[in-house]
Amino acid sequence: MIPPVAIAVISAAILAYEVLLVRLFAIVQWHHFAFMAISVALLGFGVSGTLIVLLRDPAERIPRTLFTASATVFALAAPGAFLLAQQVPFNALEVVWAPAGLLFLALIYALLLVPFTAGASCVGLAFRAPGARAGRVYLWNLLGSGAGALGIVGALFVLPPVACLGLVGALGFTAALLAAPRRLAVLPALLAALAAGGWANAPAHWTELRLSEFKGLTQALAVRDARLVETRSGPLALLSLVESPSVPFRHAPGLSLTAPALPPAQLGVFANGSFAEAIDLWGGDVAALAYLDHVPEALAYRLTRRPEVLVLEAGGGQAVLQAIMQRAGRIDAVDGNPQMLELMAEAFAATPPPLGSAEPQVTLADPRRFLTAARREWNLIRLPPVAAAPARGLNEDFLFTAEGLSSAHARLRPGGWLSATAETDLPPRIAFKLIATLDAALRAEGVADPARHILAIRSLTSLSIFAKRGAVGPADIAAAKAFAETRGFDLVHYPGMARTEANLRIRLAEPVFHDGFRALLGPARDSFVARYKFDIGAATDARPYFHDVFRWRALPELVALGPTGGAALIELGEPIVTATLVQALVLGAALVLLPLRGRLAGRVSRASAWRFGLYFTALGLAFLFIEIAWIQRFVLFLGHPLYAVSVVLTGFLVFAGLGAAASAPLEHRLAGRLSPLIVACGAIVALTLIYLALLPEIFAALAGLPAALRVLAALGLIAPLAFFMGMPFPLGLERIGRADADFVPWAWGLNGSASVVSAAAATLISMNFGIPTTLLIGAALYGAAAFLLPGPHAPSNG
Amino acid sequence: MRPMWFDMTRYPGKAMRGVAIALACTLPLQTVRAQTWDVAARTEMVRTIEDHARYTAGSLEGGRLSPRVLDVMRRVERHLFVPDRHRARAYADRPLSIGHGQTISQPFIVALMTDLLAPEPDDTVLEIGTGSGYQAAVLSPLVERVCSIEIIPALGAAAAARLARLGYRNVTVRIADGYHGWPDCGPFDGIVVTAAADHVPPPLVAQLKPGGRMVIPVGRPFATQFLILVEKTKAGEVHSRQILPVRFVPFRRAAE
Repeated sequence: MIPPVAIAVISAAILAYEVLLVRLFAIVQWHHFAFMAISVALLGFGVSGTLIVLLRDPAERIPRTLFTASATVFALAAPGAFLLAQQVPFNALEVVWAPAGLLFLALIYALLLVPFTAGASCVGLAFRAPGARAGRVYLWNLLGSGAGALGIVGALFVLPPVACLGLVGALGFTAALLAAPRRLAVLPALLAALAAGGWANAPAHWTELRLSEFKGLTQALAVRDARLVETRSGPLALLSLVESPSVPFRHAPGLSLTAPALPPAQLGVFANGSFAEAIDLWGGDVAALAYLDHVPEALAYRLTRRPEVLVLEAGGGQAVLQAIMQRAGRIDAVDGNPQMLELMAEAFAATPPPLGSAEPQVTLADPRRFLTAARREWNLIRLPPVAAAPARGLNEDFLFTAEGLSSAHARLRPGGWLSATAETDLPPRIAFKLIATLDAALRAEGVADPARHILAIRSLTSLSIFAKRGAVGPADIAAAKAFAETRGFDLVHYPGMARTEANLRIRLAEPVFHDGFRALLGPARDSFVARYKFDIGAATDARPYFHDVFRWRALPELVALGPTGGAALIELGEPIVTATLVQALVLGAALVLLPLRGRLAGRVSRASAWRFGLYFTALGLAFLFIEIAWIQRFVLFLGHPLYAVSVVLTGFLVFAGLGAAASAPLEHRLAGRLSPLIVACGAIVALTLIYLALLPEIFAALAGLPAALRVLAALGLIAPLAFFMGMPFPLGLERIGRADADFVPWAWGLNGSASVVSAAAATLISMNFGIPTTLLIGAALYGAAAFLLPGPHAPSNG
Repeated sequence: MRPMWFDMTRYPGKAMRGVAIALACTLPLQTVRAQTWDVAARTEMVRTIEDHARYTAGSLEGGRLSPRVLDVMRRVERHLFVPDRHRARAYADRPLSIGHGQTISQPFIVALMTDLLAPEPDDTVLEIGTGSGYQAAVLSPLVERVCSIEIIPALGAAAAARLARLGYRNVTVRIADGYHGWPDCGPFDGIVVTAAADHVPPPLVAQLKPGGRMVIPVGRPFATQFLILVEKTKAGEVHSRQILPVRFVPFRRAAE
C-alpha cells in the first residue's frame, strides 16, 4: 500500500506543474504553443500505464520503491525539463516559413513527457499496488489534484513563476520521502539536498526565464537606456513595467496623421512579455493629454457633453485620462485584473486629476458581471478596444457576445452612447464581427432597425462604432462629419450615408468597411455572413468566441497564397487545437495501445477487454467534456478564465474524490438490487439537463454576490454533479481489478490519454457548435458508459 | 583500387604538390561558380517576386512591379545582409531572423514597398528601421540619398559598417529614435518605415514633401499583413491607402 498522503502530494504536484507550465510557456513563447506542448506531455499518463503493465512483477513486489523512484524522477525532471525546453531554439512565428522547426517542437514534447510520465506512474502504481482500494486511491488522487490546482494559483500571488517551479520539485521530493521504504529514505533526501544546492548556486541564466527574442518585452529592453522598472507576479499575468527615456513609448492607437499634439512620456506595461498597455506620465497637466482628442474614440465627446462615463477594462487608464481631459461629469473605471487596477490606482494617486475634474471611481470587477449587477446608468459606456489576435481565438469572452453588449446597451441613459473600437484588419474580420454582434445585441434589446442607431468612423489603424440609445439625429451626423474631416478620418456608417461619402481620405481599393456595415446592418446580413470566408457571425453566450474568425473552407486558399502574405491571415487558434487533437490521437495510440498488444492476454476475454477499453475511454472523454464545458460556462460567472479554471477544477476534483470514496459503500448498500453505475450515470445525465435549462437564470440571480460567495455558490452547483462523476471510474477499476489486476494501470493510462483527446475535442466542439453541445455529448457518453461496463461475472478466458 | 597519385602515404611529397596545384587551378573556377550561384539565385528570386506580384490586389501601377526595382533586386547581394547561418536561404522568398528579435523582410515585400515608393533618381528617402541594411541597399541605386535610422545600437552599427564596406556611399545610418524623423536630412520624397507602430507618427507625415509617399507595413514579425501607403498631394493634403499584398477575396464565389 502506498501512503495516501504521498498519493495526494504527488497528485498536487502534477496538477500544479500543468497549470504552471501554461503560465511559463505563455511568458517565454505564446499561448497556443503552450496548449500543444502540454497536451502531448499529458500523454505521459498513458505511457505510465503502459510502463507499469510492462513492469508488472516489480510493480507488484516493490511498489513503494518504484513509487519513490518515480516521484524522485518527477521532482528532478519537472523543473529540469522546462529549463532545458526553454533552451531549445523553437520559433513558433517562423513555422510557416521553416516547417523543419517543428523538430524542435518535438524535442520539447519529448522533454516534457519525462516528468508527466514519472508523476503519473506514481498514481498508476498506487492503483496497482497489492491491497489498494481503487475508490480510496482515486479519492486521494483527486483531493491532491484539487489542492494542487488551487494551491498553485495562490502560490503565484506571492512567488515568481520560476520559484513555483522549484516548489513543484519540492512537492515531488516530499511525495518520494513519504512513500520511501525506511532503508531507501536517505536517497531522495540526499538528492533533494543536492538539487536545492544546485538550484541555489546555478548561474542565473540557467534558472531565469528566457523570453523569445520576438516578444515585445525583449525588444523593448534592447532599446538604448530602456530599463525594467518593476516586475509584479500574479496569477493572471507576470507584469513588467518598462521605462524608456531615450526612445519613449508612444501608444496612441488610431492617432490622426495630422495630430498637432503627441503623446506624453509613457511607461510600457507588458503582460507575460507581450505589450499590454501604456501609462501616460502626464504630470497632472491636462494639456499633455491633448493628443487624446485626435483619436477616433474622441468623437463620443462631440456627441455628448460632459457625460457620466463608464470605462470597461480600463487597463492602463488612457480612456480614463481621455474622460478627464474631456471634462466628463463622472468617471467609473472597471477592470477585472487586480494588478492592472492597482497600477492605474497608483498612477492616479501619484497624479491626481486637476481641480474641477471628476475623480475616477475605480472598481475591481469583471466588466460583464459589473454590468449585470449595476444599478445605475451612464451617458457613455466605453468598451475595451479589440484587436485581431491570432492566439486569442480559444479564449471565452463574455463581454463581446450579443448578450454582453446587450447588457451594456441596457445601462445607457436615453440618448446615451456605447462606444467600441476595433483594429482595422484587412480583409475586415474583427470590425465586422463587432458590428454583427452589436447588431444582434440591439435587436435583442428591441431595437427594430439598428442601422438607424449607429455611427462609425475609421482611422488608419482603427474603427470606432458608436451605438446610441435612441435614433441617431442630424446633429449627431453633423458632429461626426465635422470631427472626421478635421482629423482626416473616414466615415464608415451613419443612417442614410451614401457610398460616395466613404473611402475618401483613408482609401482602400473598395469601400469594404462601408459595404460590409451596410450588409451586416441590413436585411441581407445572414447571406453576407454565410458567404464571407471568415466567421464574422455574432458571438453569443453559447459560443463566446469573439476572437475566433477562422473558417476551414478558406484555409486551402490562404495556404496557397501564403508566400505573398496569405499566411498572415490564418488565425491559428482552431488549426492548433485540431493539430493537438490529431497528435493526441496518433501519439496516444502509438504510446499507449501499441506497446500493449499481446501483453494483456490474461484472464479477460477479448470481447470483455474491448468493452472495458471502451468504458474507460468513454469516461476519460466524458469527464473532461463536462469539466471543460463547465469551465467555459463559469468564466461568465466567476469573471476570469483563471478563476474559472481553478474553482471549477478544484470543485470537480474534490467532489469527484468524495464520490469515488462513496462508490464502494453505495455498491454495498444497493447490494445488487440496482447497479450503482446506473444510479451515478443516470444522476449525471439528469443533473446536466437541469443545469442546461437553469444555469443562465442562476447566474443572473447570483451575479451581484461578492466574489467569495460566488465561489461558494459555484462549488455548491458543482458538488452534486461532480460527486456522481467520481463514481464510474473506481467502480470500473474495482471490477476490472477483480477480473485481472494487470488491466488496472492499463485502464488508468487509457483514461488519461482519452482525457488529452477530450480536452482538444471539447474546445473544438464548443467553438463550432456551442458549449451546451459539449455538455450534452459529455452526458451522453456517461449514459453510454453505464451500459458498456461488463457485468461482475463477465465471460473470461480462465 | 585507388589511383596511385591519390595514395599520399606512398608519395607524400608528390601528392601534396599535386593537390596544391589542382586546388590552385580550381580557385578561379570556384569564384566563378560562387558568382554564378548567387546570380542564378537572385534571378530565380526575382522570378518568384514577379510571380507573387501577380497576386497583389491591383495596387501596383500598371499591374506589375517596376523594371527598375526588379533590376536592383537582381543586383543587390542579399546573402551579404543575412547572418552566416542563413546564407544558404538568403534568396528564398521568406523573412529571416537577423538577431535582436528583428527580421529582414521577405524579398517580395521589399520589392513591393520599394515599388510603392515610386523612387526617382533625384529623390531623398528616409528609412525608419535599418535592420541589416538590405532595404537601404535596394533603395541606394534608385535614389540620390538614403537617410536610415535604427533604434537598436548593435544592429545600426553593423548595418552602417556593412553598407560602407559594400560601397553604398549615398546611405547614411544614424542610431536614433525614428518617431521624430530626421529633419536635418529632409524633407523627403519618400519614407519607408519597416517597424510597425499603432499609429503613423505625425512628425514623419510633416517631413514628407508635397507629392511624397510613405510606406508602412502592419503585422507581426515573419508576417506582413498589409501595407499602408500615405501620400501627400502637391497641395499638402494627406491621403492614405491600405494595400493588402495578397489577392484574397473574402467572399465565396456565387458558384460555390
